[in-house]
Amino acid sequence: MAISNELMKDMYATMRRIRDFEKAASKQFAEGKVPGFVHLYIGEEAIATAVCECLRDDDFITSTHRGHGHIIAKGGDLNLMMAELFGRETGYCKGKGGSMHIADRDKGILGANGIVGAGHCISTGAGLSSKIRGTDQVCVCFFGDGSTNQGTFHESLNLASIWKLPVVFVCENNHYGISMSQERHQAIKDVADRAASYDMPGLSVDGNDPLAVYEAASEAVARARAGRGPTLLECKTYRQHGHFEGDPAIYKPQEEQDAWMDKDPLPMFAKFLTDNGVMTAEEIAEVDKQVEKEIEDAIAFAEAQPIPSLESCVVDVYSDIVEEVRVR
Amino acid sequence: MKMMTYAEGIREGMSIRMREDPNVVLFGEDVGAFGGCFGVSAGMFDEFGAERVRDTPISEGAIVGCAVGAAATGLRPIAELMFCDFLTVGMDQLVNQAAKMRYMFGGKISMPMVLRMPAGAGTGAAAQHSQSLEAWVTHVPGLKVVYPSTAEDALGLMLSAIDDDNPVVYFENKLLMGVKSEVKSLEPIPLGKGKIVREGGDLSIITYGRQVFDALKAAEILAAEGIEAEIVDLRSLYPLDVELMEKSISKTHRAIVFTEEVKRGGYGGELSAIIGEDMFDYLDAPVARIGALNTPVPFAPNLEQFYMPNEQDVIIAARKMF
Repeated sequence: MAISNELMKDMYATMRRIRDFEKAASKQFAEGKVPGFVHLYIGEEAIATAVCECLRDDDFITSTHRGHGHIIAKGGDLNLMMAELFGRETGYCKGKGGSMHIADRDKGILGANGIVGAGHCISTGAGLSSKIRGTDQVCVCFFGDGSTNQGTFHESLNLASIWKLPVVFVCENNHYGISMSQERHQAIKDVADRAASYDMPGLSVDGNDPLAVYEAASEAVARARAGRGPTLLECKTYRQHGHFEGDPAIYKPQEEQDAWMDKDPLPMFAKFLTDNGVMTAEEIAEVDKQVEKEIEDAIAFAEAQPIPSLESCVVDVYSDIVEEVRVR
Repeated sequence: MKMMTYAEGIREGMSIRMREDPNVVLFGEDVGAFGGCFGVSAGMFDEFGAERVRDTPISEGAIVGCAVGAAATGLRPIAELMFCDFLTVGMDQLVNQAAKMRYMFGGKISMPMVLRMPAGAGTGAAAQHSQSLEAWVTHVPGLKVVYPSTAEDALGLMLSAIDDDNPVVYFENKLLMGVKSEVKSLEPIPLGKGKIVREGGDLSIITYGRQVFDALKAAEILAAEGIEAEIVDLRSLYPLDVELMEKSISKTHRAIVFTEEVKRGGYGGELSAIIGEDMFDYLDAPVARIGALNTPVPFAPNLEQFYMPNEQDVIIAARKMF
C-alpha cells in the first residue's frame, strides 16, 4: 500500500504530540497539579494515530480510561484537554470530567470512559445511528485486551455482526489488564481469534508500526463505510508505564519491559523516516520543537484558567433542570 | 375521545412520534414481529418495518448501550427491557453512561433516549420477573423517571419522554397492560406534573402506577366511614411534582405514601422524607408509608398476594390517623 510522505510526516507529528502530552501529564501529575487518576498512552501512540488517519472529521470514536491519545489523534484541542486535566472551568468538560471523561461531540469523540468495556456497546449505537440516518459515518471503538473479557465485548461484536454495523473494533493489546498479564487473563494469544465467533474479519498487526496499523485500519474502515460490516483489528503493543501514574508496575518483568522499550514506536518510526528519506533529522527536530511549544502553551493555558464556580456544580445534570445548591 | 388499553396508549405514543420523526426507533428483545413480551409493540413491525422496529439478541448491556450511542449521535431511540429485573444486566450502561454523560462532558452532549421497563408483581412470575425497581433509578442524578397509570397518561408521557433531551426511564405496569380507559387527549403530558385522581379533604394518598387503583378502592371504603381521601397520582417520579403534594397535604394534613416496591430503601422513603422535612408543619399525624414486604417476590399465589401491598393496608393506616 502506498502511503504518501505527507501522511507519514503527519503521523510522526501526531505521535510526538501524544507522547509529549503524556510526558507533560505525567510530570504535572507528579507535581500535584493534576488531581485524580491519570492513565497514560505512552508506547501505544502509533495505533490511535494511524487509525484516526483513516477517519473523517464526522466519523465517531469511543475511547477508554487511557484516552488522551485517541482524543489527540481525532483532533482534540490540547489546551482544552490540559485545562480539563487541571480541573479548570474552561476545560473540555468544565472541570467536571477530568482525564477519564474527555469528549468532543463536534469532533465525533464520544468520550473517554472510566468503565472498562463500556465503549463497545456505545459504538454499536453510533453505528446503528449512521445506518438509520443513512450516512456513511464509521465508528471506531478503541479498547484494551483487558476489556475483551467483559460481556459487553461479546454482546457488542455479536450485535455489530448481525446488524452489519459500520464499526471497527480496535483492540490495543498492551498485554496487561491492570496488573494481570494477557497470558494470565485469557487463554488465547491473539484477541483477533475471537472475530471468528462473530463471523467478521479478525486481523492482528504490529501496533508499534504505524504503517502496518494504517494499512489494516484503512481496509477495515473502507469495509465499514461500504456497508460490509465490522472488523476486529488487534494491534499488539506495550504499556510502557504502570496502569496509572504512581503504579510502580512491579508485576512487569524487567526483561519484558526492556525488550519492548527497544521497540518504542517513536524512535523506530523516526529512524524509518530518516532511513527512507521521508524526513531529515533536522526536519524531525523541527517537528519535535514545534510540538514541545504546543505542549508548553497548553500547560500555560491550563494554569491561567479559573477553577469552576461552585454554582456550576448543580448545572448540566439535565438539559433543563438545575439541581438544588447547598447553602453554607 | 377513545377507549384504549394501557398497552395501546404506550404503543400509540411511540407510533405518533415514529410517524413524524424517522430518527425515532424501537429496539429490544422480541419487539418486532412477535410484538413484544406483553404485546406493547404489536403491529409496529408491520407499520414501520424491520429497520426501525428491531429485534435484538438477549444482550441487555448491548441494548441499553446501543441506545446510549444512538442517542449521542442523532437518533431518539426507545429501548425495551423485557422486564425491569433485567436492568441489572444493563445497569452500567444506564447508570454510568446514559445518566452521567451530559454532566461528565460539561453539558456538551444530549442523551434523548427512552428505556421502557415493564415492572411489578401479581403475575406469578416470582423473584426475578416481578420487581419494582424505581428506587434504583430515581437515585441516579441524570435520569428522569415516569410511571403512568392510565392509557392517556401512558400516551402523553411517552410523547414527552421521546421529546426529552435527557434519558427517561419509562416504567410500565404489567397488570395494567390490558386495562382500558378513556383517552381524551393525544397531547404530551409534561414530565414532573402529577394529577389529582380523587378529591378529598381528610387525607392525601401519594402514589403512582397500579397502586392508584388500590388507593381508589380504599378511598371508597374510607368514604363510607366518613374519611374523604385525596389521591395524588405522581405520574413522574423525577422530576417530582412536590408542589402538588404540598397543595394536597396542606389541605388534608395527613399523608400516606403508597408504593408497590419493597418498603426498605424504596422511593416511598424519599417521598416520606420530603413530606417530613418540608411539610411537617401541615401534618396532624406521622406520615404512613406502605410498600411490599421486605422479601424477594414469592411464587405461590397466596404468598405473592400477601407480599404485595393493597387497599387493606391503606385502610388500616388511614384509620390510625384519626
